[in-house]
Amino acid sequence: MSERIIAGTPVNVNEEGFMTDFKQWNQSIGTELAGEASLTLTPRHWQVIEYLQTEYRNESPLSIRKIGKSGVVDIKEFYQLFPNAPLKTAAKIAGIPKPASCI
Amino acid sequence: MSTQNSKLNKMMIILSKATLDNVYAAFVLANGARMEGIEAEMFFTFFGLEAVHKERLEHLHVATVGNPAMHMPTMIGGLPGMEAFATRMMKKEMEQLDMPEVLEFLDILKASGVKLWACKLAMDMFHFKQEDLYEDLDGVLTVGDFYQRSGGEGVQMLFI
Repeated sequence: MSERIIAGTPVNVNEEGFMTDFKQWNQSIGTELAGEASLTLTPRHWQVIEYLQTEYRNESPLSIRKIGKSGVVDIKEFYQLFPNAPLKTAAKIAGIPKPASCI
Repeated sequence: MSTQNSKLNKMMIILSKATLDNVYAAFVLANGARMEGIEAEMFFTFFGLEAVHKERLEHLHVATVGNPAMHMPTMIGGLPGMEAFATRMMKKEMEQLDMPEVLEFLDILKASGVKLWACKLAMDMFHFKQEDLYEDLDGVLTVGDFYQRSGGEGVQMLFI
């Protein structure tokens, strides 16, 4: 674990760059982390990010199947919004841990 | 794979079996690739075609005979109803792991951008027509066509 400055704020991240303390997250950090993944966040991205954060707060594990059933976004659009490794990328931007599911 | 560029770019997965455990292994590998930003294509051949056959894909089983990992004597495994029982048990376990049913899994793979191909030779052999198969299949290919799609850096092929 190490500390780095994102959007002017010191945050704790693990060796893969995932934030380890969700309380440190804010929207500017999300925007900067998205920029590092070459993404510009639209309102649709933010809706998905908010959904992931809600699931995280409810301690509900994430999977691609669940994203498809979320009612927020379908799998096809999810891949369009976050084209490379969608769940990992979206989780990183959302400041939550890397999902551990194999599905 | 060259040592300069050891990045995995694409998985070509050939499924030749229709036992549930093999089908799921292939599906999880294809989905897992896409989830990591790796391209994936699947080639359904021989008994693997059953996994994309509209009616049959609903009735795939685990094998209780000739499968030492079932920890069941072969004679018992061959009793009527044993395969259905073992399949029910496995499906129950998988549902708890949030594993989708075969058809739903195909929908997930398709939506995730996995290319799904049926083998022409196997279709001829089993007398399957394309309308018998999963609707969103990308098409029917010969083995040569499939190889043609497998070129480039960082492409790996897997036979199940």
